[in-house]
Amino acid sequence: MRIIFFLVRKEFLQIFRDRTTVVQIFLIPVIQLLVLANAATFDVRQTRLMVVDEDRSTVSGALVHRLEGGGQFRAVRQAATATGVEEALAEREVTAVLRIPRGFEEDLVRYRRAPVQLMLNSEEGAAAGLVQANAIAILAAYERELELTLPTANRVAAGPDTRSTLDLRTQRWFNPTRNYKHYMVPALMVSLTTIIGVLLTAQNITREKEIGTLEQLNVTPISRGQFIVAKLAPFWLLSLAIFCIGLTIAKGVFGIPMRGSVALVIVAAMIYLVVVLGIGLWISTVTQTQQQAMFVAFFVILIYLLMSGLFTPLESMPVWAQHLAQANPVKHFVFIMRAVLVKGAGLETVGGTMLGLAAGGAAVLTVAVRQYRKSAA
Amino acid sequence: MSAYLGFVRKEALHLLRDRQTLAILLLLPLVQVLLFGFAVRTDVEEVRLVVVDPTPDVATRLLRERFTASGRFQVVEVAPDTRGLELRFREGSARQVLVLPPNVENGLGRGDSLTIQLISDGTDPNSSGIVQGYAAAVIQRWHRDAVGGRGGISIVPAVRMRYNPTLESAHLFVPGLMAFVLTIVSALMTAISITREKETGTMEMLLVSPIRPAAIVTGKVTPYVILGFLNVLLLLAAARIVFGVPLRGSVLLLLTECGLYIVTALALGIVISTHAPNQRTAMLAALAGLLMPTLMLSGFIFPLDSLPAPLRALSHIVPARWFLSVVRGIMVKGAGLATLWQETLVLLGMTAFFLTVGARRLAIRLE
Repeated sequence: MRIIFFLVRKEFLQIFRDRTTVVQIFLIPVIQLLVLANAATFDVRQTRLMVVDEDRSTVSGALVHRLEGGGQFRAVRQAATATGVEEALAEREVTAVLRIPRGFEEDLVRYRRAPVQLMLNSEEGAAAGLVQANAIAILAAYERELELTLPTANRVAAGPDTRSTLDLRTQRWFNPTRNYKHYMVPALMVSLTTIIGVLLTAQNITREKEIGTLEQLNVTPISRGQFIVAKLAPFWLLSLAIFCIGLTIAKGVFGIPMRGSVALVIVAAMIYLVVVLGIGLWISTVTQTQQQAMFVAFFVILIYLLMSGLFTPLESMPVWAQHLAQANPVKHFVFIMRAVLVKGAGLETVGGTMLGLAAGGAAVLTVAVRQYRKSAA
Repeated sequence: MSAYLGFVRKEALHLLRDRQTLAILLLLPLVQVLLFGFAVRTDVEEVRLVVVDPTPDVATRLLRERFTASGRFQVVEVAPDTRGLELRFREGSARQVLVLPPNVENGLGRGDSLTIQLISDGTDPNSSGIVQGYAAAVIQRWHRDAVGGRGGISIVPAVRMRYNPTLESAHLFVPGLMAFVLTIVSALMTAISITREKETGTMEMLLVSPIRPAAIVTGKVTPYVILGFLNVLLLLAAARIVFGVPLRGSVLLLLTECGLYIVTALALGIVISTHAPNQRTAMLAALAGLLMPTLMLSGFIFPLDSLPAPLRALSHIVPARWFLSVVRGIMVKGAGLATLWQETLVLLGMTAFFLTVGARRLAIRLE
């Protein structure tokens, strides 16, 4: 125990002696959390729309008006013909083009049916789907409005409408105002803590390898277990500190609701960090130089982050990838964070996942210690 | 010149001797692109839907079938009431709930107003918005067909998705990943290789040699330019062969721009390395400092249009943003230099800036 204590003390002295690193360790996550929390949204607030109104009628004008009225579209360009559409799309001057063909109003009055053309720049994928859904919803609302107001050419369909009407009400639980920060801040906290934790551990031991001091430690009577514990403990504490600072910022600056028990989240973070640092440790045992360690760490981190459901929905991934994601600790921790903080879940919901994380941590550590022994022999 | 060539040779040997690092540098980006290209989707599919239907009848069964047939939803449960929904959301076993009133079919026949509630798990506001949009569209279409057309107005939108008609995520991700991987790999490679010489003290030795500092740095960077370029070729081949990402523009222009961007990123690495005293500082700056901003402010995952104004302004200093726009422009839209000259100029300017700052810092250090 005394040996571990001294080793931990040595590690701390080494870390804190290097002021630049300490500043980096704390400032990078804090600044990024503060800045990037404002970033993440697929919600296209105002789609820049180009309107090609070849009909120039009351109905077509009102349609454009409806599109703009919802605040989701802004007609930045009006044209009477379709020339220049391609250029406007290609140069990203507009993201959507609505073309209302000649005879639109006439067709609606006579046949109750008329086409419009909607062109979207879909190079950014899902965002285009959302814009399309928005546009179609507005069109549908306008159709219903026209059914009541538009004169009919032949009076057959006139008379009071006795058909059932649809009243669609939407609710969003846990985040009714669609505040993106509630979604992003927990995600960023997880990402930043993970990045710092994995990088520091992976780098620390390979550095000792590179400069040869690991050999020296190996010939001392310190046991492998003691060595590993002493190496991990300081980074575990540092990462936990960063995580807690993150929680404070989340609450104090962004006003993230904490519906569940904060203590539960912190306990989960303690377990999760063992897994994360264990992975860093494992990376350091399979690589020879710091350069290698950092690259492997970078790729592992990126895979974990992008396949965790942090930024993109997990259900959309193919089934094999979803199975693969089961082995991703970030995924499980994100689930716990969101369930407890945002949805107010308790131990009965997240307990199983926490046990799973703990098992994963134990497994990773065992593998890493094994590997380490081999490389030292 | 021969001193420079000798130096390049030494660096190249360094790099080639270390097979493990070389393999990591060349293969991991490829693995990553393959994995993400197949796995990561921003679109929403297979949404777990719970239907609360107190009195199931023909009309509601048709509605359920519509949902299943849309391909985006899987009905995981038909519940008689709303009890237990909260738990389902918490466990994550349902993402979207549809609450129907009783006696839907009779109500439709009588012409009653039909109130349907859509409840979604708002934890992820992005996808919950998309999911609600899709669900509402399914219900509206079902309702329209159920009540039958009697002089109903329909405006039929013919939608054309330009540049990526199937919303294929590989087309979206592969150019993004290229920008991302090149930034991190190139910046990190130079930053580390230069700080390592500092840390081991060999930099001092090099600096007192008659080789000019600029030649040392260019010499160190040259092999990595070649390596970065090999990465580009591998990634492009994967994009083309495995994912069928189109390459509509000029290949030559694309390769030139990639070459330019590798230099930009390497120059950024030089700036980092002149500021960092050791590999740890360099690594934290290059990885922890660049990873998240590049991920979030380049348009890789989140569309730039949706960023709030101050962050959109900030995104202008992220080099990957400009490169991404170039790669997508050339590959997906078939754009030429006439459209992309601005982005190219910005990248050139950034490169010049980084190189000047890097050289300056190096000169100061020498005094």
